[in-house]
This record gives sequence, structure tokens and C-alpha cells, in this order.
Amino acid sequence: MLLIHCPYCNETLPEVEFAYASEAHIARPTRPSETTDEDWAEFLFMRSNVKGPLYERWRHVHGCGRFFNAVRDTVTDKFLTTYKAGEPRPDLSSLTEGLK
Amino acid sequence: MTRFNAFNLLKNAMSGHKNWTEQWPDSQPKSEYDVVIVGAGGHGLGAAYYLASQHGITNVAVIDKGWLGGGNTGRNTTIIRSNYLYDESQRLFDHSVDLWQGLSQELNYNVMYSNRGCLMLAHTVHDVQSFKRHVHANRLNGVDNRWLTPEECKEYCPPINIAKDARYPVMGGALQERAGTARHDAVAWGYARGAAARGVDIIQNCAVIAIRRNADGSVAGVDTEKGFIKAKKVAVSASGHNSMVMATAGVRLPLESMPLQALVSEPVKPIFPCVVMSNAVHAYCSQSDKGELVIGSGTDQYVSYSQRGGLPLIEHTIAAISEVFPIFNRMRMLRKWGGITDNTPDRSPIIGKTPVPNLYINCGWGTGGFKATPGSAHVFAHTIAKDEPHPINAPFTLDRFRTGRLIDEAAAAAVAH
Amino acid sequence: MSQYRVSGRGRVDTARPVTFTFDGKSYRGAQGDTVASALLANGVHLMGRSFKYHRPRGAIAAGSEEPNALIGTRRGSGRFEPNTRATVQEIWDGLETNSQNKFPSLKFDVGAVNDAAYMLFSAGFYYKTFMWPRSFWDKVYEPFIRAAAGLGVSPIEEDPDTYASRNLHCDVLIVGAGPTGLAAARAAAVEGLRVVLVDENPEAGGTLLSEPQARIDGKAAWDWLAAELEALKALGVKIMTRTTAIAYYHQNMIGLVEKLTDHLPKLPADTPRERLWRVRSKQVVLAQGALEKPLVFHGNDRPGVMLAGSAQTFLNRYGVLVGKRPVILTSHDSAWYAAFDLQDAGAKVQAIVDTRADVDALLQSEARARGIAVKLSHTATATSGRLRVSSLRINPVAGGTVGAAQDIRCDAVLMSGGWTPSLHLFSHTKGSLTWDDDRTTFLPEKTPEDCVIAGASRGLWGIGAALADGAEKGRAVAEALGKTGAQVAYAIEADRPGTGVSHKELPTDLSAGKAKAFVDFQNDVTAKDLRLAVREGMRSIEHVKRYTTNGMATDQGKMSNINGLNIASDALGKKQPQVGLTTFRPPYTPTSFGAFAGYHRGEHFEVTRKTNIDSWAEAKGAVFEPVGQWRRARYFPKPGEDMDTAVRRECAATRASVGIFDASTLGKIEVVGPDAVEFMNRMYTNPWTKLAPGRCRYGLLLGDDGYIRDDGVIGRMTEDRFHVTTTTGGAARVLNMMEDYLQTEWSDLNVWLTSTTEHWSTVALNGPNAAKLLAPFVEGVELTEEAFPHMSCVECTVAGMPARLFRVSFTGEIGFEVNVPAHLGQKLWDILWEAGQQYGITAYGTETMHVLRAEKGYIIVGQDTDGTVTPYDAGMGWAVGKKKPDFVGMRGLARPDLQAKNRKQLVGLLTEDGSKLEEGAQIVFDPKQAIPMTMVGHVTSSYDVGTTDQPIALALVEGGHGKMGETVYIPMPDRTIAAKITATVFVDPENTRLKI
Repeated sequence: MLLIHCPYCNETLPEVEFAYASEAHIARPTRPSETTDEDWAEFLFMRSNVKGPLYERWRHVHGCGRFFNAVRDTVTDKFLTTYKAGEPRPDLSSLTEGLK
Repeated sequence: MTRFNAFNLLKNAMSGHKNWTEQWPDSQPKSEYDVVIVGAGGHGLGAAYYLASQHGITNVAVIDKGWLGGGNTGRNTTIIRSNYLYDESQRLFDHSVDLWQGLSQELNYNVMYSNRGCLMLAHTVHDVQSFKRHVHANRLNGVDNRWLTPEECKEYCPPINIAKDARYPVMGGALQERAGTARHDAVAWGYARGAAARGVDIIQNCAVIAIRRNADGSVAGVDTEKGFIKAKKVAVSASGHNSMVMATAGVRLPLESMPLQALVSEPVKPIFPCVVMSNAVHAYCSQSDKGELVIGSGTDQYVSYSQRGGLPLIEHTIAAISEVFPIFNRMRMLRKWGGITDNTPDRSPIIGKTPVPNLYINCGWGTGGFKATPGSAHVFAHTIAKDEPHPINAPFTLDRFRTGRLIDEAAAAAVAH
Repeated sequence: MSQYRVSGRGRVDTARPVTFTFDGKSYRGAQGDTVASALLANGVHLMGRSFKYHRPRGAIAAGSEEPNALIGTRRGSGRFEPNTRATVQEIWDGLETNSQNKFPSLKFDVGAVNDAAYMLFSAGFYYKTFMWPRSFWDKVYEPFIRAAAGLGVSPIEEDPDTYASRNLHCDVLIVGAGPTGLAAARAAAVEGLRVVLVDENPEAGGTLLSEPQARIDGKAAWDWLAAELEALKALGVKIMTRTTAIAYYHQNMIGLVEKLTDHLPKLPADTPRERLWRVRSKQVVLAQGALEKPLVFHGNDRPGVMLAGSAQTFLNRYGVLVGKRPVILTSHDSAWYAAFDLQDAGAKVQAIVDTRADVDALLQSEARARGIAVKLSHTATATSGRLRVSSLRINPVAGGTVGAAQDIRCDAVLMSGGWTPSLHLFSHTKGSLTWDDDRTTFLPEKTPEDCVIAGASRGLWGIGAALADGAEKGRAVAEALGKTGAQVAYAIEADRPGTGVSHKELPTDLSAGKAKAFVDFQNDVTAKDLRLAVREGMRSIEHVKRYTTNGMATDQGKMSNINGLNIASDALGKKQPQVGLTTFRPPYTPTSFGAFAGYHRGEHFEVTRKTNIDSWAEAKGAVFEPVGQWRRARYFPKPGEDMDTAVRRECAATRASVGIFDASTLGKIEVVGPDAVEFMNRMYTNPWTKLAPGRCRYGLLLGDDGYIRDDGVIGRMTEDRFHVTTTTGGAARVLNMMEDYLQTEWSDLNVWLTSTTEHWSTVALNGPNAAKLLAPFVEGVELTEEAFPHMSCVECTVAGMPARLFRVSFTGEIGFEVNVPAHLGQKLWDILWEAGQQYGITAYGTETMHVLRAEKGYIIVGQDTDGTVTPYDAGMGWAVGKKKPDFVGMRGLARPDLQAKNRKQLVGLLTEDGSKLEEGAQIVFDPKQAIPMTMVGHVTSSYDVGTTDQPIALALVEGGHGKMGETVYIPMPDRTIAAKITATVFVDPENTRLKI
């Protein structure tokens, strides 16, 4: 069972308090009616499914209820960082540097 | 290749089994193939077998980063059934069940396909409505599936608890008698042996680094750990790793790879005659020929390639087994393992062409790919050979995610009210 | 005292005899014995039969790695378990045990004919035959194979025991309480860290229990151990015995299973049988020790052939001589000490046979001093004896040539092929391993977890090395946790570190092709099976394992993995790491299902959510149904009524006068804030801006793919406050979806969302007398058509309780939903029930609710829709706000397939013969076509117990909206039913009944 740091509660807590919410930084088009079917399918369904550091979303569903972002290595399942929704995508090289 | 039969077994027994030949050679890559298949699981090896046996295309390589059959083919709960809801799914899976019936003879390799039946238990009014819809749809499609009362369920599989006061009482079940199980490793080995005998190269421990494309965008071949291999066509069926491989060709897929855990009990004498699935409580169980109860769990919630999986899911899975089959509570779990499943949003696979000319994909089988092995391999080979889908896999396009023409087995089954 | 018990040896209490049975025969053992040690004390070696050949087998080991001595254990009715290791199960007065996999008896087993035909049952034989005739697999071959396999029999009664679980947090978890673990525990505990030390055995000590000769810091090993355990307890170390670390999960979470009652003669009250511990430890020290390897030679499986270290354990820990005339067969120094201990305890060791040419001179002189014959550079080529070994055949080996054989008479063969570190939990962490050629073993390398591995489990032999490494690693984890970490040193005397070599199968002068040299004892995998697998093209250890089943027995390869790997590598002419090590999978030892299921059995399998009115329904004899986690009253039968009769009565009474219904399970979400209306506009298909406060509207929620996800009536309480209702099962999903859009897409909106499902009890009144019944209790609003029309809502007081009152109808009758604070639900219900008696008020359940709403054409999401239905398909295009710039699902609805003609559309169906259709039945246009038929839809809802003249149904039919009045067909197994397509509203299409 993973341990996850909620950036809002600033606590590290067991996975059972959290719900996974798939890949992060996939913005819903601001004018959906102007998007093509291809772009809409891209938004709805296409995922990078990275083997390695993945930008992803979690929700602290049995805690503060907030959605937040994380970078997690999908090979080791280790979290590299978690950060609040809306914050910029952290630079991957600095995160993996810290890991080494 | 020595033919497998009782006579040859006896003959070889007399000579101390010294004269059996290799089931497949340890091939090294040639510089060029007509078709390179990425992923030596049942689907990839099967596609190679059918390319050779049905389409006369034998200049084929199947490449894998590890050992053949070492991925999901060799780590699933071996359930085979075709009682799906939608016509498209029924045709695909029933095609597979048809092929399963004669697969041992076709391959001259006993894959131990066992018609022991699969019973899906209904625990809620919604389950009953949904499963009856399956039963009726299957019947009119010529797919066997019938409704059993709780008492009939108990008669078919005595360990089931049908007490009315259970937390989720059994309200009936849908039985497909043609469903069953098979010996998973034997499927990979049988296809490998059959394909190799027809000239297919099976190249193990050779990771594909990237799919290379020509200036006109079409496929040129694959870069591997052992160098570049030129190919007229490239077909990918690498289960959990499909997204990674296809990304190198610039093709994005609607997939997420999730850990799936399964487990077996210690072996006991025959006690469990069939396959039982209980979606409402998430319990899936059968008994292997060795005597182990083979139990499927759910997927963990996050994308992962670690093949680990967590304890809460196992606790829930075992609790579900003890709920439906209380006599097993004192049995012991022997071994638990994890696989990586690639899941599509509609829980149906993608088998077909891609936006890249001469590049083909077979992916998105989620937790249910083993049962489809022969059927999927067969229509995938057709698609590769003819550069157009077989009528059976025609609906399973990548394009359906653009048009909205999903084959949504998940949505059809799982909405509570 | 039993025949083979040695007085003055062992830790069992011979003054406290214990009687138990094995295969119906009564045996006497001592307090502290296992079934195996007690049987051995009685001279019984034959304890089981093997899986495939049904060969007679005895215990080969003394611990949890035992593959052979598996027994059934029973404690009265309901408490039986198969495949229990006799070497682990402690005896108690009255324990019943039995042998397995034999017929008719353990001594004479007809299944042993397989042994004679062993040449046929080579590795993978079943892949090569049983294919003809095709139909025979299911009917003849497979049943035969299944009956032959399987060891013990399954329990057939429900388990009367309970199981528990707990969470535990600590600084350092140490797995294994041998010298390594003890030293690590001290090093960490003296730094003030919270230390937990676990061991699978009934007592801590590990190797020390088997090596009483050692002296630590001037004390005899057992005295030192006793004092050290006390000292550790005083330092606050939590020592848990009979506790197995079963698995190592992410981020230092370890699963432990503690056995609490299996060793007790009387079951204490209110004590669980086992407890699962979920431990989260900052640091973990793995000190699981090492396992001894068998030697692989013809006949190495005969009862009486066992591991030398285990024989030493039986002697020193249990005071049992496993034989009086044992012969030692070894490639490692450690077995020499076993010989010395047994000789010193009164056995006559027939010889020490060592495969090596060079053995420590000191050991040789010690052997000579005891008068034990020593045979160096020898191999073993056979054993004899039917149910017990009676001789060992050995041959000298010189220059690779096997010389003339010599038989040594004996009653036990104690073998050692060296030791292999226990890397199981380390392997669970996905830790990497490195091959050590000198020691012919894998050693731990790196792990992603905060974990160290120490002592014999990283290849260090001897108590001294174990203590030193344990202390060092304990200090290291203390440092990792910010402590300074002190050096601790131990003075050891009479330590027995040793060296040895590792072998593939031993060389022989007999036909190798006929040798039954076992590698995996339980599964009957021999060296030649492994070589056959390689010959057939199996090149990885994974393939070899799966083809031969080596390592797949209940010991999960603890005995067989390394020997198997050595032989496969030799056959392939490759180094071991190129062939690979199969992954160790959890659990470390087989673990009861009950331990995992824990508390979650029976009614506690999953939480049951009940409304405030649930107990009233139960008292009235309601029949319940599970809906999500809720249980809801399905109908309220009167004595003698079946469901149909009861529902017919409930329907009729509601349409005729008034029915009362518990709608508390409906999901409720409070949407509040200055931007609440904008949020609702974006979320739901409907327009909300013009909805006045005090009014409500049916809302439809889509996914962004354009398909219906949920629905419910939504009231605008004030300008900035909406009372949203959802389906019972959809509440959490809808809130999650709303939060997702609000937090991550529309952070510009100032809105709060709160789940209020459990805040309100909701009582629904429906029927022509509903207003009359309710009006006297309502303060603050007149229940008239003018003051409070259909689809109104208001905050008011009902029977003195603060309430939110909705005038809505899910039946087509005048309807109200009264929401009061959850704890007041029953009070309100009682008042309305009492007052309703004058109108013949009738309580109805979900089934009547379903019927009445279907008659009115109201859909149930999930029943009449299935996740592929759009609002237009459902005939609810009117609920879609056409002028809005965007809402969730709007773009999805514009996709090509959702715009296609001939989509399946919701319609009504009336059968021509007046029969009731079955829900889920499929619909065709042409009933005469052959199978497979072209299906054009299915029946979603169907009822014949309502208030209409004939049965009604709702259905999704291809192009149905354009086919009103046309006939479709429903082919059933026995007949085909014709039905006419109609509108979905069967009752009161003009809505006159909704008016007060």
C-alpha cells in the first residue's frame, strides 16, 4: 500500500485515503465546441501511460477532498513529489536528480 | 519436431527421454523480415502461427524483451468464456472459444482446454437484469448461456453459499457451459512450437527500443537491443507495454496500464468443479488440475509497471472468496503475483490498423486477454496479412474513440441505481 | 520416555506428556513438540505421500520449509485444515491429524503404481498426450488427473473461528529472532527506537535453539538467550513469536500473521485464531537466516533421509534422535557438527560421507576422536528400504570417475548440500540479486525500500558472524533514523562457522536416465526432468520451472530452487545468473484465507448502510435488497403475500389514496456560492439561470463523452443554493465528478460542494391524498396548487421539525418529499404513519417505486440506460439546454456516432397477447431470421403488477422514436412475443393526477 503526501494537509498518509484520478495536466479545452473530434478524443481518452516518472492526479477523498498532482515513478511506484492543483509542472530532471 | 502422442511418449520413455527435440530453437534475428511481431505472448505467438499456417507468411519474427509467454499469458487466471453483452464482443470471444475447442489437436500440444463451465453470480436486482440481458443476447447470437436459480447454482457448484441472509445473497446466475479454463503456459509453448516449425523466428531477450519509420511515414522496421531489423510490416501486441512501444512510432493510445493481482491456494483434491465469477463482490475462482484454487483479484487503482500490488486488494479479494465460499476460510494462500494489464476506456480491445501504414496493433485486453488468445491471434494475423481487418475485428478500431462508437462492456454491466 | 527421546536434550517438557492421534493411532509426545518431532520420537518417519508418484515420504526438514510431511489437522467439527506442515504444528492433548494423498492407507497406497510407471510421467508428459479422442479430455483424462493431484482434502464446513487485524507503526521491524535479529534489535533498541522483533517459531532464538554448545559473552547459548530476551523486553522491544512476516509491500509496509490458538489445547473465549498485522516501519532489518539444501541423488527422498541441520534441530531443540544408526552425507562442514551432536547423544554414526576431498583437519580429527568413519571424495548413488531407509550406497570419486559401490547400513541419512540465504522478503521489494560463484548462491544487492539484510540471509555463516552483522546493521538503521549508533561486540566460543561446496546432482555409476534423484520432493521433480526440459528448449529458469513444476510445491522452492538452477545451468552450459532465478512471491509461507478476510465476514463483509427508518421497515417484515452499500426495503409483504401480491397492493393503494416511501438513500449534494448557478449550468445539461428560488427541476448529468451518468430532482433553495439529488448508487461518483471539474477545470468559480446524503432523512408521500395528509403538519407554506405547485421546494417546519419540503413526484401522483434532519426521520415517519391511517396509508418499497415510475415513463439511470445512452436516445432532449455555450457532455454529444441515425431509443412496449416481457429480453424486427439474429434492442423495464390494464414495458429499440405503433418481436426460448411500440408514458399522459 502506497504512502502519499497530501500537499494540502501536508501529511503523508496511506493510499486507502486517496483515489487515483489518472494523468495530470490534461486540460479540458476552454471552447469545447470549437475542438475537432480528434482533439476531443485526445482529451477524453489518450494517455501517455508512461513507464517511468508519470504526472498524475490523486484526490484525498477520505481527507480534505482536494485533487492534487504527483510525479510518481511507475516502475518503482515511488513518489518523486506531490504538488497542488494549478501549480506548474515540476521539472523532471531536478526530481530524478534528487533521487540519485 | 517430434510429434506429440501417446506412442511417441511411450517410445521416448523406453529410451530415457533422450531423443525429444527442442520445441523451438533459440533464434537470433535476421536483418529483414516480412513481418516483425513485438511481444511473444500468446497473442503475438498465435498471430505468427496463423500468419504461417493460414496465410503462408513464414518470414516472420516474434521479438520479446524477456522469455516467451513470460508476461500476462503466463500469469493470468486462465478463464475462458464468450458470454459478453455486445454482438461485437460475442463474435470475437466466441470465435476464440470455437478455436479453443480444437486447439490441442491443431497445435499437437495439449493445452488442457477444459469445458468445465463458467457461472456468473447475480447478487442484486440490477445484476439479475443485466445477466438476463446477457443470456438473451447470447441465445439469439447462438452463444450458450443460461439462467440458473440459486438452488441450481448450488447444485452446479456446491461450495457456493446461497443463504438468503448473506450480505450479498445469490439471486441466481448465468451459466455458460462451453466456458472453462486452459493451461496458460502450454498455449504460449504450443503456438511457439507450431510457429517455429513453420519457419518463424522467436527471438527472446531482445527488447525493442523503437519502431522506425520511412520518410513517407510507413513502417521501416524496429530498432532492438540487437540492432535494427528491417520489416515490411510491424505488429505490436506487448500488453502492458503497448503504449511505450507505440509511442516510439508517434501513435498515442487510449490505454492505462494497471497492476492486476491473482493468487492460488495450496492444492487440494477436487472440490470446485467449474469457474465462478461474482462481479458484485469481486470474487473469481476456479480449481486448477493441480488442485490449487485459482483466484483473481481486481486491478489496483493506479498506473504501474512494478508488478507489485497492495495488501488491501488481497484482503478484499480473499474476504469476497470467503463470503461466497465460506468453507474455504481455513484454506491457505500459497502464492500471489502481479501482472500489468493495459486497459481501454470501454474495456474492449483494439485490434487493427493504425494511422501509420503497415503498423498494426493488438492491445487493450485489460484483465481478460487470455480467453481471446486464439481468436484474437487469428483475426490479427488476417489483419496483418491482408492489410484490412477480419470482419470479426473490424469494429475494434482505434477510431472508435473519435467517433464515439464504443463497445462499452463495462458501462453496460456496472451502473448501480 | 519414547524410544528415540534423549534425556537431558532439547527444550520440550517431557514431564508434561501430550497425547494426539495420527491416522487414528494415538501417540505420546511432550509439551513443546511438533507433530513431526513427536512422531520421530516414536520412531515414525513415514508421514506422507508425494504428489505425482505417491512415494512414501518422511519429514526432510524441521521447520516451515518442509515439503513432505504435510498432514490434515483437526479440532472437532468445523476446524480442519489440509496440508499443515507436521514440522510446524505444535501438539496438544486431543489434536487429531491424518496423512494425505493415499489410498487405502499410508503404508499401502495404490497410487504408487505411478511410481512404477515413472518413465511415462516425465516432465510435461501431459502436454504430449491425452489429446485423442478429443472428447476424452473433459470426460476421462482430466478427471483422472484432477483426482490424482491435490494432496489433502478441502474443508467442507464453515469456519467457526474468528480472525483479527491490527495496524502497527514502529521505527525498526526486524524479521527473524535468531542471533542476527537479536543483535540488531539490541543495537536499535539501546538508541531508544521503537523496535519490533518477529519470528515464525514458538520461541525466539533461531539457530541458538539448535546450537546449545555455543557460548556468548561467557554464557551458555540458552542462558544468554534467556537473559537477552529479558533485556530486550526491558528496552521496550516488542517480541512477537508464532508470527510470520508474509510479505513486503510498498514503502516499508510488511504484513505479519500471528498465530494465536492453533497450539492451544483449549480455545480461549473471544480470541481470534490468527491476527494480520499491517506494519509500517521506518526501517526494516531482514534476518531470515538461511535454508539448508538437500543433495540430489537416486533415492534421496526415502523416509529417514533428511537434512542434517534439521536432524540437529530435532535433537537439540526437541530431544529426539531421528535415527540410532545415521549416516551423514554432505558437501558442507555444518553436517559434521550434526554427526558429532548425534554421536554425543548416543547414536552410532555409521560414517560421514563427504563429497569433498579437502575437509578441515580439525573436523576430521574430531570425527576420529569419536570413532566415526570418514569417507571423503565420495558420492551417494542410491538408498534402499521400502518405507524407511535401510542403507546408503556410496562410491568413491576419483578424477571424475565413480568407483566401486559400498552399502552402508543405516536407519537415517542426514544430508547437507550447503546453505542458501533466505531472500524471500528482500525479493518482494523488487530488490536486485547478485550471483556469488564461490558460495554458489544469490546474494542481495540493492533494494528500493528502506531495508537492510543481515547475517545468514546475506551469506554469513556462524553465530559470531550473525551477531556481529546484526549489531552492525542495527547500528546502521539507527543512524539512518538520526541516532548516533553504538558499536556492540560479542565474544563467541564454540561457534561453528563452516564452508562447503554446492552440487548439481551427485555423480553416479548407475544409469542416470533411471535415477530418481529428487529436486522438488513434493512435486516429484527429478534432476532428469529438469534436463529433459532443457533438452526440449526451455532455456530460462521460468520455463524450466513451469514445464517441470520445480519450485511450485507448497514450500515454493525453498528446498528446490537453487538445486534446480544448478542443474538447469549445467544442462544449458551457462552460468546461473544467465539462466535466472524465479521470483519469490508472497506469502513467505502459506497463509490462511481467514487471516486476510479478517473481520470482513458474514454481515461484516462490507459496510451495510441503513437509513433512520430501516428498523421500522425490519419490524414490519420488509424484504430488503442491497443497492450499492445501502440496504433498502424492497416490499412490505403481509402474511401470506408473495412479492407480486404485495407490490400489486402497494401500487394500487398509492394510486388510490396515499403511499409512504423511505427515500433517504437518495444522494444529496448541497451546491452553494455566488457562482452556484453558473456551476450548475456547466455541470448539468439543463439551463438553471431562470429557475426561480423555491422551484425545482429534473436535472440530467452526462459524462464528457455525451452519455447519461446520473439524474435527479434539483431544487433552488435560494439564489446561491441548490439542493441536488442523485441516484442512490451514484452519489459518491457524482460528488467526485463535480469536485473534479470545480477544483481542476473551473477554479474561477466560487462554489462549495457538500455531501448531505446522511444529513437528511427523506420521507416521500405519494397519492391523491398526499397533500391532505401532509398539510396539517406543515408550517410556513400552504399546500395548494397556487402556493406550492408541482416542482416547488421550500424550507419550512413539518410536525415541528425543521424541513426542506419538495413537491415532486416519481409516481405520477401528487407527491411530496420531506427532508428532515437524519435523526428525526423515524419521528416524522411515525407521525405521518399515524395520521395516515385515516387514508389507509400504505408503506411501499423500491419495487413499487420502480413500477409506478415506469408506468409514468420516468427512467432509472442504470436500468433504462446503460452508459451508452444519450439524452436524445432516452427521449429527454427537452432537458438539454440548447442555448448554453457549454456543459459537461455537450461536445461529446456532437461526436459522429452520437449523432448517427437509428440509435437505440427508449420507447414503451405493449405485448399483443398481454403477457409480461422479461427484463433483458432482446428485440428483433424479423422474428423468422436464423440465429445469429440481428438484434435491435432490449427490454429495460417490465411490470405486470401495477395499475395499468395490461403489462407494460420500456425498451431501447433501434430508431424507436420513429416507429410508434409498429410491431417488434421478442424471441424467447419457447415462443416469440409480438409487441407494439408506444410512447413511454402509460398512466396519465396529461399529468392531471399531479394537480391538487
